[in-house]
Amino acid sequence: MQKTMENKAIICRELTKEFGDFKAVDRISFEVNQGEIFGFLGANGAGKTTAMRILCGLSYPSSGEATVAGFDVYKQQEQIKKNIGYMSQKFSLYDNLTTLENIEFYGGVYGLSRPEIKERSAQLVHTLGLEKEVKKLVGDLPLGWKQKLAFSVAIFHRPKIVFLDEPTGGVDPITRRQFWDMIYEAAASGITVFVTTHYMDEAEYCHRISVMVDGRVEAIDSPANLKARFHTDSMDEVFYQLARGAKRTAD
Amino acid sequence: MISVSVKNISKLYGAVKAVDDVSFNVQQGELFGLIGPDGAGKTSLFRILTTLLLADHGTASVNGLDVVKDYRAIRNKIGYMPGRFSLYQDLTVNENLSFFAAIFGTSIEENYALIRDIYEQIKPFGNRRAGKLSGGMKQKLALCCALIHKPEVLFLDEPTTGVDVVSRKEFWEMLARLKEQQITIVVSTPYMDEARRCDRIALMQAGKIMSVETPERIIHNFPKPVYAVGATDLYGLLKELRVDPAVESCYAFGEYLHLTVLAATTSEQSIHSIVQKYQPKNLVIKEITPTIEDSFIRLMNEQNANAENDGE
Amino acid sequence: MKLLFVFIRKEFYHVFRDRRTLLILFGLPIVQIILFGYALSSEVKNIGIAIQDNAHDIHTAQITEKIQSSSYFKLQPAVSNYADIEQQFKNGSIKCALVFPVNFGADLLRTGGAQIQLIADASDPNTATTLTNYLQSIINSYQQQLNPNAKISYEIIPETRQLYNEEQNGSLNFVPGVIALIFMIVSTALTSVAVVREKELGTMEILLVSPLKPVMVLIAKAIPYLVLSLINFVVILVLSVFLLKVEIKGSVALLFAESILFIITCLALGLLISNVTASQQTAMLISMMGMMLPTLILTGFMFPLENMPVLFQLISHVIPSRYYYIIIKNVMLKGLGFGYVWKETLVLAFMTVSLLAIALRKFKTRLA
Repeated sequence: MQKTMENKAIICRELTKEFGDFKAVDRISFEVNQGEIFGFLGANGAGKTTAMRILCGLSYPSSGEATVAGFDVYKQQEQIKKNIGYMSQKFSLYDNLTTLENIEFYGGVYGLSRPEIKERSAQLVHTLGLEKEVKKLVGDLPLGWKQKLAFSVAIFHRPKIVFLDEPTGGVDPITRRQFWDMIYEAAASGITVFVTTHYMDEAEYCHRISVMVDGRVEAIDSPANLKARFHTDSMDEVFYQLARGAKRTAD
Repeated sequence: MISVSVKNISKLYGAVKAVDDVSFNVQQGELFGLIGPDGAGKTSLFRILTTLLLADHGTASVNGLDVVKDYRAIRNKIGYMPGRFSLYQDLTVNENLSFFAAIFGTSIEENYALIRDIYEQIKPFGNRRAGKLSGGMKQKLALCCALIHKPEVLFLDEPTTGVDVVSRKEFWEMLARLKEQQITIVVSTPYMDEARRCDRIALMQAGKIMSVETPERIIHNFPKPVYAVGATDLYGLLKELRVDPAVESCYAFGEYLHLTVLAATTSEQSIHSIVQKYQPKNLVIKEITPTIEDSFIRLMNEQNANAENDGE
Repeated sequence: MKLLFVFIRKEFYHVFRDRRTLLILFGLPIVQIILFGYALSSEVKNIGIAIQDNAHDIHTAQITEKIQSSSYFKLQPAVSNYADIEQQFKNGSIKCALVFPVNFGADLLRTGGAQIQLIADASDPNTATTLTNYLQSIINSYQQQLNPNAKISYEIIPETRQLYNEEQNGSLNFVPGVIALIFMIVSTALTSVAVVREKELGTMEILLVSPLKPVMVLIAKAIPYLVLSLINFVVILVLSVFLLKVEIKGSVALLFAESILFIITCLALGLLISNVTASQQTAMLISMMGMMLPTLILTGFMFPLENMPVLFQLISHVIPSRYYYIIIKNVMLKGLGFGYVWKETLVLAFMTVSLLAIALRKFKTRLA
């Protein structure tokens, strides 16, 4: 048991979150392997956000079990937070700080030492090709760069898992692909990527995806297998067939 | 008859050109799409056309009325759904509807035929607060509110952003039905796959329109054959092909890579010999019809190359 | 007209469905009245006082007794020379001292004009003023009691409060101030936030694109808050009369008329603020810092204006609440009629008209 736990980044068993008699998340079970890019899809209001909040250590489940990076979502929220990175569509950068100040700030939040921050930020600025922009305010950067920077900051403390909540919304198609290059590189370095998206082609970049409908995980498999199962060659169609019957209308 | 006419419109915010010398016409009854990412200038253009913003250069008219001089008259004739969810969250569905009906001097009953389709879907939630609706329902309610005074031209700024696939599909079906009623619709979206639902589209990037055409023409104008390449380690193969001297462009598209090569004449065989060098497992190669997104990427790269040349 | 009604009804929905707004609307007046009426009152209690009695006659003894029995003062052991007084001032055991001259009683009866010396610790000038006023009024009342027909001939500078507030009810002074403050919060802050919220929500875009006239938006936004401010006004008056035992001496109709004028001033200010700001926070901040703080400080209701630096006194002339405060005080507490407040009313009316005109001009028919 202990051994299988170690190479699973996330384990959910019968995870449930109730608000009154409303089951936002209804007995979901799945596992995410280490280094995997896991797509977490679902219709609006299916319960994705609620589930993700639990896994990020931001809220407690009503019942069921879950571990993230080997830590329990009930008892070890603090350890979970130390071992994950998070990036949402709204980013988490301060527009009125410079690129470097943002990086240094997040390094400091996660308790990295001064020399570590210095070394890693130099490296990061170099990989992103942001040398000329280090002293620029983040608010003045183009959207695509902001997004890449936000992702880099989210994995700056080398977390075991990074949660990406619709990270590529509204970005041009080239930047979107550059962003996925970064995701692939992060995954290759051993970071588990847990990502939500509304772009169905992006769902296909994931190793495996799950589709949530009305609080339940209705399907979980590789994109190719899912398409085979629904006799179609488009992910759109897979999603449509699964989510079409959704009863829930409220977020 | 031309419904929306845009001539050399530019809008500057400080030194940033949000809209850069844009021109196009929309015919009456046409479903016209502005396709482009955030920051392309779509919202600024919408605000200029809905008389909310003054352009720095150029002229524009809606149904023959000038957006600057005749702004009051235009405001009676257009329906507008701004990018953000722009209804009163603390009012119920019905309260929102009757409020917007009242400020346009009409009632829900008066133009019921027009909104019936959409209204029927949200009717069961009539007494629910708008803030408690799902993304798809909010979007339908917003559309209802924008339609309530039977506008001649409908401006929809990113109505499907952040909405799931099912709701998006339903929404475009509603637009198709509205089009049958001869309403001119100008709609913007960052989702390239929605482009094919429009009669004509303008591909926008960095304030400029790269192309205005029917989706079919845009695809038809793609100058080269595009090959879909599938393999087990797609990302590894992508990295190799990107730097291959024979390859012109290579981008990930779902489970395939979309590949164009520099050579003038190509066949599946010639592509095979290029890709085979990297010994991919489970290799699949097939010639495909390019997508709007292929075209967008290509035009974007051309635009960037031009900008760099201009800079030098 | 129907449109206006629909619009106003919508505004009321907003108000009644937002718990925070409701709390500010109806909780705040009550809290303010209680806070200012009791806790924050500038009334002084149990202040250390030393008496240097050089006369030792029946009058000084009776005055001393009166001071001792007053809840405002706590009599410290008698002192015999000025050095002792100074010592006690320094160690903080007293805040004021009273010195009776040698022939106090004799002078009082013979000339009706005996001298006494009042010394107050003026490091806190407001308290010092209050203390001297209290002492003076105690002495006044003693003298009246001594000889009801005698003319008061002490050299006293009566402050209005003492003159018209014999029971020294400290909360009286606050009521007009609190009313002004509440109007500022409800009419200025809440109105500006209500307009700016539509900008943030994006609904303003739709309202602008609609055939609606700008003036309609402004009127529809203003009317609900005018009504709510008036309700608040009634609540405060009722609380003041029954809880704080304040007597309304003047015409209630005049009070309402003047209040409506001031509410419109506040609404105009709120609409003006909302037209030049883009976020709810900014609108709130400007309302608070730019409007409420001056109301607190520069109208004379917390701190006497006469003690302010000249610059502040000058600034206070452009603060609308200053005039409203004077009007309300005169009408409510002194029972004066319109004849005594027409000047202030005129100034307020002028301010209101100009503010409304600017607000209307600044209202943009476009976004930028």
